[in-house]
Amino acid sequence: MSLCVLEGMGFRVGQALGERLPQETLAFREELDVLKFLCKDLWVAVFQKQMDSLRTNHQGTYVLQDNSFPLLIRMASGLQYLEEAPKFLTFTCGLLRGTLSTLGIKSLVTASVASLPTCKFQVVIQKT
Amino acid sequence: MAVCVAVIAKENYPLYIRSSPTENELKFHYMVHTSLDVVDEKISAMGKALVDQRELYLGLLYPTEDHKVYPSYLLCRYGYVTNSKVKFVMVVDSSNTALRDNEIRSMFRKLHSSYTDVMCNPFYNPGDRIQSRAFDSMVTSMMVQVC
Repeated sequence: MSLCVLEGMGFRVGQALGERLPQETLAFREELDVLKFLCKDLWVAVFQKQMDSLRTNHQGTYVLQDNSFPLLIRMASGLQYLEEAPKFLTFTCGLLRGTLSTLGIKSLVTASVASLPTCKFQVVIQKT
Repeated sequence: MAVCVAVIAKENYPLYIRSSPTENELKFHYMVHTSLDVVDEKISAMGKALVDQRELYLGLLYPTEDHKVYPSYLLCRYGYVTNSKVKFVMVVDSSNTALRDNEIRSMFRKLHSSYTDVMCNPFYNPGDRIQSRAFDSMVTSMMVQVC
C-alpha cells in the first residue's frame, strides 16, 4: 500500500523534472532519444552520474542498468539486504515513469536487484 | 504587445487563456482554436527532420475591422511547442510596433519558464487550469509591455 504512495510521489516529481530538464534542448525525434535523455541528463541531474548501460529488444522494452546505484551503496557491504532492496527503488521507478509520461510515453517501470549495488530498471512501453 | 495569450495542453484543451479586456474575448478564443490546427500540422510535418523545437510561425495575418472607431489591428498569431507537447499560442497586435523575431522568442521563453515553475509546484495537478498568481502577473507584464 505504501509502496503505491511512494511510487506516486516519484511519478509527480518525474513529471515536474520532465518539464524542467529538457527546457533548452531540441525536440526528441523518437523513443530511443527519450530513453537516452533519461540515462544521461535525468540521471546526472538527480544522482550526479550517468546510467551505465541501456539495452533494448526494439519491441518496446528497455533495460537500464546502473552498476553502482547511489541509493543502494550504503547497503552494499553484504548479502543481508538483497531481498529488501527493490523496495528502496520504488521512488526511482516512479521518477522514471513520471518523466516518460510528461514526454509523451506511457510505460511500466519495475526494478530488480541481482547483486548490490547493481540494479536494473525495466521499462515496458505501453502501446495504446 | 501581446493581446491574447493561451496555454493549450497536450490533449488540446486550454489550461490558461487570457485576452486584453478591451476586445471581444470570444473572438480571441476562436482565433486560438483555429491556430491549433496549423500547430498540429507543423508538429506532424516535423517528423524525422531536424527542426528547431521552437516553431515560430506567422499565423493568418489579417486586419480586423472594428465596429468602433479604433484603428484596425494587425493581428499575428505565433505558436510554440514544448517537449511535453504543451502549446503556447500568442496573438500580438503589431500595427504600432513591428515586434522583432527575437522579442517574440524571448516572450515565449519567459512563458515556458513560468509554465515550468507552475508544473513544479507540488500542489498543482497536471491537467488542471492554471491559477497561479505568479503566472498571471508574468502574463500581465507581457500584455502591457509596449503601449
